[in-house]
Amino acid sequence: MADSTTAAVAPEAVASGARPSRVTAAARAILRYAGVVPFTLYVAAGLVAPMIAIAVSAFQPARGGFVASHASAPTLSNLNTAVHGTYLTGLQNVLLLSLATAVVPAIFGFLIAYSIHTARRGIVLRRVVITAAGVFANFGGVPLAFLFIAALSTTGVVTGWINDVFHFEIWNHGFSLYKPYGVALAYLYFQIPLMVLVILPALEGLRPAWREAAENLGARSWHYWRHVAGPVLLPSFLGCVLLLFGGGLSAYATAEALTGGTIALTPIQIGALLNGNVLAGQENLGYALGLILVVIIAVVMVGYTMLQRRAARWLR
Amino acid sequence: MTTNTAAGTATDLGQAPESGAPVRIQALSRSFGIVRALDGLSLDIAPGELVALLGPSGCGKTTALRIVAGFESADSGSVSVDGKDIAAVPAARRDMGMVFQSYSLFPNMTAQDNVGFGLRMRKLNSASRTKKAGELLEMVGLSAQARQYPHQLSGGQQQRVALARALAIEPRVLLLDEPLSALDAKVRLQLREQIKTLQQRLGTTTLFVTHDQEEALSMADRVGVMREGRLEQIATPSELYSRPASVFVAEFVGTMNRLPGEYAGLDEVSVLGAVVPVAGDRPSGLAGVVDVLVRPEGLTVDEVPSGNGIVTGLTFLGSLTRVSVRLSGDVEVKVDKPSTAAVGLVPGTSVQVSLAGAEPVLVATRT
Amino acid sequence: MAALATAVADAEAPAPQQAAGGRRTFPVWRWVIMLVAAAYFLIPLYSALRFAGFKAFTQVTSYPSFGTAFALSLRLAVIATVLTLVLMVPTTVYVYLRLPRIRRLLEAITILPIVIPPIVLIIGVLRLAPGFLKGTPNLLGLEYVVLAMPFAYRSLDAGLRSFDVKTLVEASNSLGAGWPTTLWRVVIPNLRTAMLSATVLTVALVLGEYTMASLDNFQTFPVWIVNFEQNSGPVSVAASLLALFVTWLLLMLIVTVGSRSSRKRGGAQVTLFSVSTATVGRTVGEPE
Repeated sequence: MADSTTAAVAPEAVASGARPSRVTAAARAILRYAGVVPFTLYVAAGLVAPMIAIAVSAFQPARGGFVASHASAPTLSNLNTAVHGTYLTGLQNVLLLSLATAVVPAIFGFLIAYSIHTARRGIVLRRVVITAAGVFANFGGVPLAFLFIAALSTTGVVTGWINDVFHFEIWNHGFSLYKPYGVALAYLYFQIPLMVLVILPALEGLRPAWREAAENLGARSWHYWRHVAGPVLLPSFLGCVLLLFGGGLSAYATAEALTGGTIALTPIQIGALLNGNVLAGQENLGYALGLILVVIIAVVMVGYTMLQRRAARWLR
Repeated sequence: MTTNTAAGTATDLGQAPESGAPVRIQALSRSFGIVRALDGLSLDIAPGELVALLGPSGCGKTTALRIVAGFESADSGSVSVDGKDIAAVPAARRDMGMVFQSYSLFPNMTAQDNVGFGLRMRKLNSASRTKKAGELLEMVGLSAQARQYPHQLSGGQQQRVALARALAIEPRVLLLDEPLSALDAKVRLQLREQIKTLQQRLGTTTLFVTHDQEEALSMADRVGVMREGRLEQIATPSELYSRPASVFVAEFVGTMNRLPGEYAGLDEVSVLGAVVPVAGDRPSGLAGVVDVLVRPEGLTVDEVPSGNGIVTGLTFLGSLTRVSVRLSGDVEVKVDKPSTAAVGLVPGTSVQVSLAGAEPVLVATRT
Repeated sequence: MAALATAVADAEAPAPQQAAGGRRTFPVWRWVIMLVAAAYFLIPLYSALRFAGFKAFTQVTSYPSFGTAFALSLRLAVIATVLTLVLMVPTTVYVYLRLPRIRRLLEAITILPIVIPPIVLIIGVLRLAPGFLKGTPNLLGLEYVVLAMPFAYRSLDAGLRSFDVKTLVEASNSLGAGWPTTLWRVVIPNLRTAMLSATVLTVALVLGEYTMASLDNFQTFPVWIVNFEQNSGPVSVAASLLALFVTWLLLMLIVTVGSRSSRKRGGAQVTLFSVSTATVGRTVGEPE
């Protein structure tokens, strides 16, 4: 790395009287970019290439393989399977699950952020909540699954409490941690803190002068929220909803650890198709599902980025 | 329809000059914890008058303004507008227009919508709002920017919109909280004029808070100098300048020299070889050697071999030149002299500094 | 485990100005919200403690498979961290100083690992990986660098923004120091906090990463936890709690070191828990 940078500097340092040729200028430009070659190679090999492989394989017939010598003719059969039957259910479930674990935490997280924001003597509370949020947002995956197993499985502590107090055994009445809503309950654990961490700075970006100016001009609380604070916060709020939504779509470990891979969710199904335990030879279907997932998330992230730009403009 | 009166021209807004309401502040006090921000402030503002509250930061001027606006409450004392005590009236109903220091425009609304916001709160319909906002934006010279958003406007433009927004509701009282502090010098000067012109045209009673004495002196009908929660003096700018009531006011407003002097007789001091009366009552506890306060234009300086001082510098101010002189005894003074006459006074020249006249002077303890 | 959004915050996560003359007093609903939140977050933790029981905690480390799994995770964490730093520090600094125009592009690229879920990424990697890598856990280590990239980049970029790199580099150059010296003696020492942040985040990420490890059939610590449930649920729960505890420790480490150095410098620092709207917030939704 150092070599390329010194090389980039050296030509400039050697500013002799010779007329700079176009070749030298071009060579210098190339040398400048040499510094990012290692990174580019790594990203190409570790990120781009796998994605291309997936994209290509997604259109290969299900039971074929990718034969190096000649690829089978691209087919849409995998995509077709992906949107029918149990895989369609998987897609529907994961979309609904992500939506639910985006909207509910968005509202609840906002309320939490709002309570801190408007608390008198709120400095200590704020620091505690932010730290807690930061920590809880990182509790996820396998450990989180086991927390909820410990709490709400058939032998869970909370299940036991409810039974003792209300004489109501929830599992006998249809509750299951292994259905989408059970998984959703666990997802809230990291989605809510995330919302708090994103929306709190946005709330704090609301200048007091705006509220006072509004009041001075005759607006009561409701008007202020309707005309000023609401519109200003909306991009951040929606952006965070999208962020949470994308996060829900990506999640695998929590659901897998919680349900043992038995739940119909697209990420889980992808894993099942590709760890060879279920149906050997259906890998390309897995790739197709993966492709679909990535496309959806990409769209979501684009939306998120646009909203963030808008938010940044107003809340500067 | 416009009518001409002695005070100015009424606008098409249907507002007659001197339509502002009288404001009476009485014995306002407010503490924040142990800090006494306001200590018995009393002030009367006549209808249509522009009063500036001037003072260093922490003197309580902003607190006073915010109490009048309704964003803070006073511990004791009262504020009345048009004879009625407004303590119980919430800020949203006080019918006062306020311009904040900066960034108070609603970022999600165009300039036009910002200006029309107060009218919207008063349930004016969309067409009337647009029309009125248009008139006001024209008054501040920003018609072309009506559909622009705050982040597209410069600082000066934003404050003009903020001013238009505050005036749109035809307030009885206009409150300005250091509106020019965040702007750069040139813009500040332009806006000063604009605010003053508008205010006079509309005849709105105005309370203006600032720490910039030049601003206060150039804009206000009367200036109240505040310090540590109390009003030291309230007077017209010229009176404040030529007859300051206390040493603090004298030194805060304009430039003041401090010269060594000595009491000679009951109410006279001898300074620079002359004996002059002491202004005001003799401050208690002062006797013997004191500091005498004289303005740069109250002194003369002439080139004289072996005089009482040496020129250390010159500052060209246009028609006047401010000559810095070090007197024997290591006292630095500034003396104003017409530039044409100050030509020969290069640094190092020996000069004689003396009192220009025999007006009464303020004295202070020797520092 | 996971890593969360990192972004530049004002020194010490700014305390907001509260609109004075506080009114709008409905403290009741505020208490309700906080109580419900506290309950939701604390009850599972408590349940885990009860479920596991004291015995399980002592038993955890006694299983040999635990030791193997944990050692593997640690080894991967070290590999991934070293590789990440070696790759990202020079790159980030270089781009910041000499190719500022592609900073945006770089930022966009580092969002990619978030747009592509680990589950999808690993199946692509396994599709392509050459045989000699596939059998070893090194493949995982290499791929973890890709996962860690966003967080490392953000930390380092924030760190670079927190002090006036350009001026220091120019000063160093004007005093006669070449690039390598400047990098080593001027830039990197000032990036210590950012590098620590990046390190901790990568370590936390690797120690908690389940998805890719399980599909690659390597028994790292999280994989072990899941597999061990067949034998003993309480032990798995106890191990999970330990894992969470370690995460918490690591995060606290960043916070304390970060705030201490921020006080020394009095400038913006990398803060773990504050996301500013001015920078594109980025997170891995579910800690993987």
